[in-house]
Amino acid sequence: MPELMYREALNQALAEEMERDANVFLIGEEVGRYNGAFKVSQGLLDRFGSARIIDAPISELGFAGMSVGAAMVGLRPVVEMMTWNFAILAMDQIVNNAAKLRHMSGGQLRCPIVFRGPGGAGGRLSSQHSQALEANYAHFPGLKVIAPATPADAKGLLKSAIRDENPVIMFEGERLYALKGEVPEGEHVVPIGKADVKREGTDVTIITWSRMYYFCMEAAEQLAKEGISAEVLDLRTLRPLDEEAILASVRKTNRVVIVEEGWALAGVGASVVDIIQSKAFDDLDAPVERVTGLDVNMSYAANLENATQPDAPKIIAAVKKVLYREGA
Amino acid sequence: MASPYSKELLLTMYRKMYLIRRFEERAGQQYTLGKIAGFCHLYIGQEAVAVGPNEAIRPDDYMLSAYRDHGQPLARGSDAGMVMAELFGRGTGYSKGKGGSMHIFDIEHHFYGGYGIVGGQIPLAAGMAFASRYRNEDRVTVCYFGDAAANQGAFHETFNMASKWKLPVIYICENNRYGMGTAISRTSAVPEIYKRAAAYGMRGEPVDGMDCLKMYEAVKDAAAYCRAGKGPVLLEANTYRFRGHSMADPANYRTKQEVEEERKNDPIPKLRDYALKQKLAEDAQFDAIEEEVKAQVDAAVKFADESPEPSLDELWRDTIVAEGEEDVRPRERVLGMKVTNWPKYPSGQELKVTWDLEPREQAEQADKKAGLSR
Ligand SMILES: Cc1ncc(C[n+]2csc(CCOP(=O)(O)OP(=O)(O)O)c2C)c(N)n1
Ligand SMILES: [Mg+2]
Repeated sequence: MPELMYREALNQALAEEMERDANVFLIGEEVGRYNGAFKVSQGLLDRFGSARIIDAPISELGFAGMSVGAAMVGLRPVVEMMTWNFAILAMDQIVNNAAKLRHMSGGQLRCPIVFRGPGGAGGRLSSQHSQALEANYAHFPGLKVIAPATPADAKGLLKSAIRDENPVIMFEGERLYALKGEVPEGEHVVPIGKADVKREGTDVTIITWSRMYYFCMEAAEQLAKEGISAEVLDLRTLRPLDEEAILASVRKTNRVVIVEEGWALAGVGASVVDIIQSKAFDDLDAPVERVTGLDVNMSYAANLENATQPDAPKIIAAVKKVLYREGA
Repeated sequence: MASPYSKELLLTMYRKMYLIRRFEERAGQQYTLGKIAGFCHLYIGQEAVAVGPNEAIRPDDYMLSAYRDHGQPLARGSDAGMVMAELFGRGTGYSKGKGGSMHIFDIEHHFYGGYGIVGGQIPLAAGMAFASRYRNEDRVTVCYFGDAAANQGAFHETFNMASKWKLPVIYICENNRYGMGTAISRTSAVPEIYKRAAAYGMRGEPVDGMDCLKMYEAVKDAAAYCRAGKGPVLLEANTYRFRGHSMADPANYRTKQEVEEERKNDPIPKLRDYALKQKLAEDAQFDAIEEEVKAQVDAAVKFADESPEPSLDELWRDTIVAEGEEDVRPRERVLGMKVTNWPKYPSGQELKVTWDLEPREQAEQADKKAGLSR
C-alpha cells in the first residue's frame, strides 16, 4: 500500500469525487491560486477550473450560507474552513439553515454539503487559534460529524461525506496534515458512523478520535511493555456515535479511559460515558476516566501549551487508575 | 394612452393580492381564536411586493423569503388550505406542521422557504443563483428580506460575492420602515437601503412597493438584466405593514395618523382603480373575484381546522435523510395529486461545467496590479 500524507489523502479524495461528480465544487479561503492554506487543494484549480475551485472572500458566514443555498438546489459543495476557529462566524448558517432545512421543509429539501477544515491546537498559536470545537457540532440533530486520525480514514471518510445526502462536519487536524500513513489504492470509502478498533487489547479500552489517537497509541505501546494490554477504539465519527462498537469493547475489557483534546464540560466524551453507564454499568470494573484538555484557554508559552493538552503520560496515569495500579 | 397591460394580467394580480389580504385577515382572526400560535407575521399592506414580482418572473425561477412568508407562496400558486394547515400546525400543512407560520416551503412551486433568522436567507439565495450559473441555466432567484435585515453581516458579505461573481439574483428589500418596534431610521446610518448596493458595484433602485405594476416593471427589468449575465440587483420596495410586527404586537410605536395616511396607499384598490380607469375591467368582475376568493379562503380555514395533527412518529422523520430516501412532495402526500414539475437536477455525469468564474488572465492581472508574482 502506498504511503501518503494526510493532506495528500484528502487531496486524492477531493480529486476523485470531483472527477466522478461535476456537481461537487470546493470553496474556501486560499483554496485556489494559493493551493490551500494547508495545501489540501494542491493542483486542483488547474485541474478543475475556477468555477469548481473557488477562492472565497474572508466572509465565512457568507460563503457557508451561499454553499448551503447551492446544496438546496442540487449541487454538492465542499466548504473549506481555514480553521474551525473561524467557522464560528459561519455557525448560524450551519446550525440554523443546513441542519434544519430538511425539518423546516417537512422533508421537501435536502442539504448535501461538507464543511471541512482543521480543528484542535495548531501549535504555539494561543487561545483564539487553538480549540477543539467538535463537541459544539456533535450537539446538533441534522448534522453528521467526523474526525479521522489517519490518512486512510481521512480519505475514506471525506469520500463518504461528499456522497452523503446530509450536512457533514469534518474535523481534520492542523498537526496531522504532514503525517504519513498507508492508504489503500482505488475506491476506498469509510462509512460514516463506524468506529474502528485500531489496536486490540484485553485489559482496558482507550476511546479517542483525531490527533489524540496518536498519544493513545503511544501510551498503549508503553503500557504493553508493562504487561498491560490496551485496546484503542478510534471513534472516527462523533455523530452518530457508534454505540455498538463502544459497548462491545467495554464488555470485553471492563475498564475505560476516554481521551479528548477539547474541554471536559459538555464534551463528546461526556456523552460516551453516559452511553456506557446507562447500557454497560454492570460490565464496568471501575469508574470511567476521562483525559481532556484542561479547563482553561490555551497559552502561547510552550510549557503552558503542553501542560494544557492530553499526552501519553496523562493517559498512562488514567489507565493505571482504572486498573487500580496507581503508583505502579 | 392605452394600457400596456392585459386584462388577464391585471385580474390575476388583483385576485392574488386579494387572496393574500383575505387569507391574512382570516389567519389573524384564527390566531385570536387560539387556532394559530407562536409568531404569526401578517403581510397585510405589502401584497403588491409579492404579487408584482411573481408575475414578472417565470414559474421555475427560485424564490425565498424571511418569516413574513404567507404572501409569496400564495402568489406563486401554493394551495391556500395547505398553507393555512401549516399555520394551524396540522399534518396536512406544507411542512407537516413542523415549521409553522415562519417556515412555509413549497418546492413544487419553487418557493424555497421562509426563514426565521433575520438575514439568514440572503446568502442562500446567492447560492441558488450560483447553482443556476454553474449549470448554465437562465433562471433567476428572487430573495425577500426586511429593512432591518439590511444591517446584518449576511447582507454585506453576500452582496460582495453576488456582485463579484455576477450572480443572477434579485434582492427585494421590503422596507416597511420598521424592524419590530424600531424605525429603520433610528438604527441605520443610511436608511435608504438601495444606496448600499453602490458599495458593491451593484445595481440598486427604490421602487414604490404600494404599487403592484411598479413592482412588476422593476422586477421584469431586473430579471432581464440578471438573465443577461449582468449581475445581481437590489430593489428597495418602499411599503408599509398595516398591522403590527406580529400578532403579538399592538404597534403602539406608530401613530394612528401615520397608519391612516398609509392606508390611503392600499395597493389593492389602487390596482382596481387603475383597471377601471383604463376600462380593462368592470366592477362586477372584481366583485366576482372577491366572492370566489372569500369562498376559497373559507374552504382553506375549514380544511385546516378539520385536519389532524401530525402523527407522533413524524418526530423521527425529516432530520437526517436516510439512504435512498426520496424527498416529500406535499401535494402528492396530502392531496394525492401527481406532481409533475418537481425540480430535477442533472447528474454529476451529465453536467458539464463551462463557467470560468475567474479567468486566469484576470487573476494574473489583479496579482500584477497588486505587485504580486506567483
Ligand atoms: C438574528 C435575529 N435577530 C433577532 C430576531 C428577532 N426579530 C424577528 S423579526 C425582527 C425584526 C425584523 O425586521 P425587518 O427585517 O424589517 O422585517 P419585517 O418584520 O419588518 O418584515 C427581529 C428583531 C431574529 N428573528 N433573528
Ligand atoms: Mg421591516
